Amino acid sequence: MDSAKETLTNPIFKNNPIALQILGVCSALAVTSSMQVTLVMCVALTTVVAFSNLGVSLIRNHIPGSIRIIVQMIIIASLVIVVDQFLKAYAYAISKQLSVFVGLIITNCIVMGRAEAFAMKNPPLPSFIDGLGNGLGYSVVLIAVAFFRELFGTGKLMGMEILPVVTEGGWYVPNGLLLLPPSAFFLIGGFIWVLRSFDKEQVEEPDFKLAKHTVAKEGV
Amino acid sequence: MSNNDSIKKTLIVAFSLCIVCSVVVSTAAVVLKPAQEANQALDRKRNILAAAGMLDDSTSVEEQFAKMTTRVVDLRTGKFSDDVDPAEYDERKASKDPARSTALSGEEDIAKIFRREHYAVVYLAQDAQGEVDKIILPVRGYGLWGTLYGYIALEGDASTVAGIGFYEHKETPGLGGEVDNPRWKSLWHGKQVYDDGEMELEVIKGTVDPSTAGSEYKVDGLAGATLTTRGVSYLVQFWLGESGFEPFLNNLKSGEA
Repeated sequence: MDSAKETLTNPIFKNNPIALQILGVCSALAVTSSMQVTLVMCVALTTVVAFSNLGVSLIRNHIPGSIRIIVQMIIIASLVIVVDQFLKAYAYAISKQLSVFVGLIITNCIVMGRAEAFAMKNPPLPSFIDGLGNGLGYSVVLIAVAFFRELFGTGKLMGMEILPVVTEGGWYVPNGLLLLPPSAFFLIGGFIWVLRSFDKEQVEEPDFKLAKHTVAKEGV
Repeated sequence: MSNNDSIKKTLIVAFSLCIVCSVVVSTAAVVLKPAQEANQALDRKRNILAAAGMLDDSTSVEEQFAKMTTRVVDLRTGKFSDDVDPAEYDERKASKDPARSTALSGEEDIAKIFRREHYAVVYLAQDAQGEVDKIILPVRGYGLWGTLYGYIALEGDASTVAGIGFYEHKETPGLGGEVDNPRWKSLWHGKQVYDDGEMELEVIKGTVDPSTAGSEYKVDGLAGATLTTRGVSYLVQFWLGESGFEPFLNNLKSGEA
């Protein structure tokens, strides 16, 4: 069972899909401006990765190589539509805020990446656990980003006031930049930096080294 | 394994997978449809109440909405009409259909909406005596990034603003997005729209000094959002002006609607 535990926990910090594999950043920018929306997105994505891994893995020995990406896409797309329908039925307000991003889980690189890299080669149970683990890894980063964005962008957490904002008669001047997508880039960058200063193994070799400056000769 | 790539196997896998997946998707869609439709209707009602500043979280939205009358107004004549069914009518679709809308000339079209539909659905709230207490009118217009959709509510005198709210817009969060700020929205409460029958209400740049003359026709602009402010000002002027609901409001006051 040791390996199952590792499959589950490895993607959270050691092999994080966003921080190390740099996958699925697009939705991390878009849906992290409020905590509530982020949590729903995380649950949706984790469900989709776990079950798409399970589905792909179950039929992995019967998938013809020539159409394997299409087969994976069909499974993923069906799951995403089902999840989207559920959100529309039971969490309408949040599904309106998530709008197109639930649909875009179909093209989320993490889902495709795990189906192709893991579920095609492993039995159903480990694949399912791997999906859960990667979903959780994605969630950890998103929740961290959303925490900072919502707290410092609006002074609230989960819609509850933490820092009283100036426009409502408090003292905190919210940082509007944090509500815009680019701020998530900075925060994810910061997250990767912190993670890599603790776990030096994740630091990549530089692709090239800068040569020393050549000194121009005088009087040329 | 090797025969996985034969044409026969490829077709079988593709077909059976498609059938399984389509059954799963359509089951989900059919089973969840009633819940989704109920949600949509509820959301629209909530928007209308919230825009009018009448949303009260202590009772259910349905219950509050039941007190209101839904009517259709023919914008060409300014009178009530029964030609369309308000439950089926979609203003956005109608405004794009040449047969059901009127093109606006550049001069008229200050809210930049291009076409105005023939019919609009309005909501009336009555007080205990059966007199019209609140009139809720749909408004829309172009801001900075896109069209703002909302409702403006007037008191029974058809000239005092009771509330305003937008349920859909694309303005910059923190700047133009402050149209959602409850403090700003509360500034609208009690403002006057018409001065001797002339449309006077506007959103100005900066802050209104309540001691100056005419301050009851002016609303504070949003700091750092000049274009959104201008858009809101124009859309209110359009929809409460001659091409919008002004003829209807006049008819309503004189009892001819």
